[in-house]
Parts: sequence; C-alpha cells; structure tokens
Amino acid sequence: MIAAMWIRSTMTYRTSFLLTAFGNLAATAFDFVTILLMFSHVDALGGYSLGEIALLYGATGTAFGIADLVMGSMDRLGRRVRDGTLDVLLVRPAPVLAQVAADRFALRRLGRITQGLLVLGYGLLTVDVDWTPLRILMVPMMLLSGAAIFSSVFVAGGAFQFWAQDASEVQNSFTYGGNTLLQYPPTLFAKDLVRGVTFVVPLAFVNWLPALYVLGRPYPLDLPHWLAFLPPVVAAVCCRLAGFAWRVGLRSYRSTGS
Amino acid sequence: MRLYAVVAVGGFRRYATYRVATVAGVFTNTVFGFIMAYTYIALWDQRPHLGGYDVSQALTFVWLGQALLMTCAMMGGGFEDEMIERIRTGDIAIDLYRPADLQLWWLAGDLGRAAFHLMGRGIVPMILGALAFDLALPVSPLTWIAFLVSVTLGVVVSFALRFLVALSAFWLMDGAGVIQICWLAGLFFSGMLLPLNLFPGTLGDIARALPWSSLLQVPADVFLGKHTGWGLLGAYAFQCGWAVALLGAGRVLQSVATRRVVVQGG
Repeated sequence: MIAAMWIRSTMTYRTSFLLTAFGNLAATAFDFVTILLMFSHVDALGGYSLGEIALLYGATGTAFGIADLVMGSMDRLGRRVRDGTLDVLLVRPAPVLAQVAADRFALRRLGRITQGLLVLGYGLLTVDVDWTPLRILMVPMMLLSGAAIFSSVFVAGGAFQFWAQDASEVQNSFTYGGNTLLQYPPTLFAKDLVRGVTFVVPLAFVNWLPALYVLGRPYPLDLPHWLAFLPPVVAAVCCRLAGFAWRVGLRSYRSTGS
Repeated sequence: MRLYAVVAVGGFRRYATYRVATVAGVFTNTVFGFIMAYTYIALWDQRPHLGGYDVSQALTFVWLGQALLMTCAMMGGGFEDEMIERIRTGDIAIDLYRPADLQLWWLAGDLGRAAFHLMGRGIVPMILGALAFDLALPVSPLTWIAFLVSVTLGVVVSFALRFLVALSAFWLMDGAGVIQICWLAGLFFSGMLLPLNLFPGTLGDIARALPWSSLLQVPADVFLGKHTGWGLLGAYAFQCGWAVALLGAGRVLQSVATRRVVVQGG
C-alpha cells in the first residue's frame, strides 16, 4: 500500500519519471558500455571472453536490480534516524522493515533490472556452453539467491545506520561496490579479496560460484564443485543474520525527540 | 568580495561537520578504487601502453578519479539539490532579493565544498592507493601546483554545468530527472569510467571536446605530466573556455528564469 502510494506520487511528475526510469537504464548501461569499450582494445579480460563477462555482469545486475527495487530505500534510513522521522513509522501498525523498504518505493528501478536481463540474455546466447537441465536450472536459482543475498546486505546496512546514522556510503560500497566487483571475473582480483567476498561477505555466491559452474570454469580458490549449489542456503543464512541485525538495531534506536 | 569569501568558508565548514559521512565516503572511494585498479591491471596487462599510459600511470588515473569524484562533483551532490528544492518551494524568491549575486553566491559555497572534499575525501584514498599500488606521482612541486589550478578550473566548469541543471527546475519544477542525466554524462564523459583516450574514433574526439573532460581527464593528464609548457596553457584555455561559456549561459538563463518566477504557497 505504501509502495502504491509512492508510485502514485512519482507519477505526478511524469516527465521526470520517464527521465529517471530511462536514466536508471542508461546509468547501468554505461557500466556495460565501459566493458564494451575495454573489449574494443582486447579480446579477453582476465582470460574471459566478452560473452562470459556479459553472463557474469547480467547475473549480478539482475540480482542487484531486484534487491534494489525491494530494499534499495534502506540507505534513506540514516536520514530518518537523524531527523527523527523514523518515529512516524514506529507508531504505524505495520512492520517497520516493510515500511522502510517501501519508503519512496521507486518503480524507476525497473530500468536496472531490464538492463541486467538484456545483458544476461546476450551473455547466455553468446557463451559456448553444453546446456544440461542442471545448468539451465542454475540460472534462475542464481538470480533469486543473488537477489536475496544482496537484499540481506541492504538490510544489514540499514541496521548499521541505527548506530552510524550518516554512513550510508559504507553500505553503498558493499552493495554497489559488490555489484561492480561481481561484474568482472574473479581471476582479475587478488586472492585475499576473493577470499573476503567468499567467506566474510559471501557475495561470491551471488554469481561467481554458480556462473563459473555453468561456464565449466575452475574457481580461483580451488573450492569443491558442490559449493556452486549452495547459494540458496547461503542466501537463507544471510537473511536470518540480517533479520537479527535489524531487530538488534531497531531495539537500540533512540528517537531524537523532535 | 569579502561576502563571497565568507560564503566559501561556510561551504567548507558545512561539509566538514559531517565527519562520519566523510570517513564512510573515504571507505567507499577506496573500495571502488581497488576494484577499478584490478580491472585496469588486467586491461593493461593485455595491452601495455594503452591510451599512451603505462600501468602505473593508468593506476594513478584510477585513484585520481576516486580523489576527484566528490571534489568535481562528477556524480552531482553539491548545491544543486538544495537550489532545486528552493526553486520548488519558492524560497528562491528570498535569495533573489538578497544583495548578492545568485550565481556568485552559489559558486562561492560550491568552491568551499570542493576544497573540503579535496582534503577530506581526496587525500586519504590517494595515500591508500599509493601504498597498495605503484603510482606515478609527480616529482616536481610545479606539477602539483599546475594540477591544483586545473582542478580548480574543473570545479568551476562542474559548477557552471550544475547551475544550468538547477535553473531547469524553474521550468520543470522537479529536477530529479535532469540531475540524473547530468550525473550520467559527468560520470561517462569525464573519464571516470574509462580514460577518454581509450574511447575509439569520433566518440573519443567528441568526448574530449565536451566540458566534462575538464573534470577529470584534463586535471589527470596535467598530474601525469602530459601537458607541459604551451600544452599546459592550452589545457587551461580549454577549461577556461568552457567555464566562461557555461557561466555565461547560466547568466542568460538566470535572467530569463527570474522574470518568470512564480512564488508558490503563502
């Protein structure tokens, strides 16, 4: 209902809505244009072809787009904590998390998902893969688990705002930064960085592990193959942890009193 | 003149208040710097001397981009949001009656903001980048000074662009869409995503001629010692040319806009 309200409100300025929806599509498209420009100079980056990178890019872009549509308003929480308007949400008879998620719910974010899916489609059509049923199932599983993992990062980041208040950029470096990181193959990055996003913040489960299984590529850390099937489990654990962090954060919230 | 100096200092102090946000921003700039640095290493590994840069110059370009992202407001995030809000609510009418020039007033504040961001969010990521990677830092102090002049001109060009964006709110009322288009152009055509030297053919020529190249590409090339002697003056002339043209356009648009001010509300 709150989401519907915000959709109606954005539609008041229709020109602006169209511009921002297009802008969202273009903003993410520029990322891919950059990769295309890189490939105008080279044939492979980190040993990966354009099609394979498009697959990685499209998978993380779509997963991130879904998470951003649902939970992308989390970075506004810091502002609400600062100016005290979070109180408004606390007295309403609806879960606070749902309300924060729907806060300024922006349909224009569909642009990001559209772009992710387009690049993913391009990647899937160009890569040379022996498609088995298992590999085909891997694709939707990867997108949904990836979206759940990114969503829990958004929620955990939101919970962090209860203490940090104006540190929404830290959250951005894990969400937007993570998305940018996953657009490129893991062979590009230092082993320690790959370890960090596999075991500490499990972003590697969004697309690297499942996509490399689909592509039949070894994972740079020599991890066993079956780890590629774990994203749903990892996503479930992440959601539990993020939910826990959220409740702890909410409980420690003290109003500004204004 | 004193008035504008005070406004500039105010702009500096205003952003200096947000310490946690600054630390968070430094963290983000560093994370993105690392990600981009690794992709550039892979790219330059395949094609050494791409775009006329060697690996360490390319890496320096990455970290300069992170250091100047907020300073030159390549993704927006300066005064324009506030000015648009003031136009929408009608508070702009109060600004117009002040005994100060609207454009110079906001410019002074924005210069103060840029100075803070250069120090607050530029220096630390640059140091961290230099510790982790082999960067090509200028040896001569003159190059550093030349770089600072170029950055200042870049900030003025950036301001002039965003001032035009903010003025568009007089017609559109809601500036979000225009802001977004502007920061997209800023991100892409400044060289933030990829140095403009790597853009192929005509696209590259156009990108280098557009005002956004003053924001990162030109200062970075000054920093890397690509513009010296007359070349340096040429680079400055390019930046000044855009600054004058865009500030002039802002003047004209401002006088047209103020003639059609409709004050909303009571």
